[in-house]
Amino acid sequence: MRINPRVANRLVTAGLTFQALFTVSILILIIVIIFVKGFSNVTTEFIFSYPEDMGRHGGIFPSIISTIFLCLLSIAFATPLGVGTAIYLTEYTRESSLTRIIRFGVESLAGIPSIIYGLFGFIFFVIKLKMGWSLLSGTLTIMIMVLPTIIRTSEEAIKAVPKNLKMVSFSLGATKWETVTRVILPSAAPGILTGIMLSIGRAVSETAAVIFTMGSSLRLPTSLFDSGRTMAVHFYILAREGISMEKAYATALVLVCSILVINVIAYYTMHRMIAKYS
Amino acid sequence: MANGRINKEVAIKWLLTLFALSSLLFLFLIFAFILLEGLPLFFKVGTSNIIAGFRWAPTKGFFGIFPMIVSSFMVTLGALVLGAPLALACATYLSEYAGRRTKTILKPSLELLAGIPSVVYGFLGVIYIVPLIRECFGGPGFSLLATSVVLGIMILPTITSISFDSLMTVPAAYREGSLAMGATQWQTVYRVVLPAARSGILASFILGMGRAIGETMAVIMVAGNALKIPLSPLEPLRTLTSNIALELAYATGDHRSALFSTGIVLLVIIMILNLIANFWVKRKVAG
Repeated sequence: MRINPRVANRLVTAGLTFQALFTVSILILIIVIIFVKGFSNVTTEFIFSYPEDMGRHGGIFPSIISTIFLCLLSIAFATPLGVGTAIYLTEYTRESSLTRIIRFGVESLAGIPSIIYGLFGFIFFVIKLKMGWSLLSGTLTIMIMVLPTIIRTSEEAIKAVPKNLKMVSFSLGATKWETVTRVILPSAAPGILTGIMLSIGRAVSETAAVIFTMGSSLRLPTSLFDSGRTMAVHFYILAREGISMEKAYATALVLVCSILVINVIAYYTMHRMIAKYS
Repeated sequence: MANGRINKEVAIKWLLTLFALSSLLFLFLIFAFILLEGLPLFFKVGTSNIIAGFRWAPTKGFFGIFPMIVSSFMVTLGALVLGAPLALACATYLSEYAGRRTKTILKPSLELLAGIPSVVYGFLGVIYIVPLIRECFGGPGFSLLATSVVLGIMILPTITSISFDSLMTVPAAYREGSLAMGATQWQTVYRVVLPAARSGILASFILGMGRAIGETMAVIMVAGNALKIPLSPLEPLRTLTSNIALELAYATGDHRSALFSTGIVLLVIIMILNLIANFWVKRKVAG
């Protein structure tokens, strides 16, 4: 029996709408649960005090600081490397077998799961280079992990800069590097910033690669060689070892809020970039 | 003066070349060190005893990870079966049915949700999904089903977002042509738009699979981590990734090497998935 196409159309439209609503509501429900359960436990005291009794009481101040250190340092290393690579690929060379190999390398890095970064960081930085479980080992591991994101977004942003801006700069006698620093990079800045924000988001939410390189010490890291526990790792340990559900929810809320803020900034800058050149 | 400028340009070019080569160096280091640590064990105890071995007792000389390989595939497939249809429906709705306003609200919120840390999914899985399964179907709750559900939800934003992008690249003329010939909207979507976007949709599934098979912490939290092949969806299991993460902190000697061997197997699986995804994308360009 053939179903009347018009009836089928109605049925499918209803079905698709329902499934789309269902999908979105699952995801919104996750956010809502975290907010409702965590809200009453997130106080200024929770944010600014030290954890006591493995995190059963007290706050998450050292974890917040560890997270900030890890993000800032890994981004500080990854940004020049990533943007430099993107400039090289777009401005300083033609498509050749070398650029193809470099692009393949970047794609491959992007596809490697975080636990493999954890394994590598553990054996290379922590053990072979004797850095131990430290902020430095964590930083270098996360730097490699976010590099592909920064390279790709920067490349896209640089490619989107109109050709005539570049031509005008060259015709005024500027060298290639002067053109890159004075014309291309300022125009591509919002796109590059998007990549940086997305990378920060990844560093904040990462657990597997961080726990085996930076360790999980609850103390406040005061040097590059100190271990530290980021918010994501702290949350994982609280939840996995069943230390305290209230603190776990509260940590999750701080974690999710930071990620949402970071992603909103990333999204906003990306749209400013798109609006500028289209 | 002019010479100084030119020298500086040359120096900068060399520096940027070095930067660009650093990605390759990192990739090389990652492979080199994981192979260096993990490969010797394959020769020592035999490849078949590792990838086809059933018993994992690394301190007693048994390094079989076959059940974990099977489990990794099972949870990935489970996640895809549960997540992919929903995500594709959501992407189709967004690109073909939703109004401009809905689109501008839903697309960014989906992208924001893609950033929720995976440990949060795992945690909510433990709190809500595991007890639900225990009460409704029996068993420990920590199971293949729970893991598939958590991973299925986790890959929703990834698949939706990439499928949506590929649906949006289908030219409007295709849709107009079909509608002009009297096809209903669903006929247009089903016969014209979805086939045209097929390779992008398949690539989004593969990327979703990549994310599911590589996920570690969320899986540890809900899978139960038992060392066997699950015979029903309600039995616990241990994946390749969780095997590494559960034991790395205290493993030494051959035990530690065995975790790197597990990593090698995982890397090979991921590489095969990426090759398949690339193949589909290339075929789209060629066709």
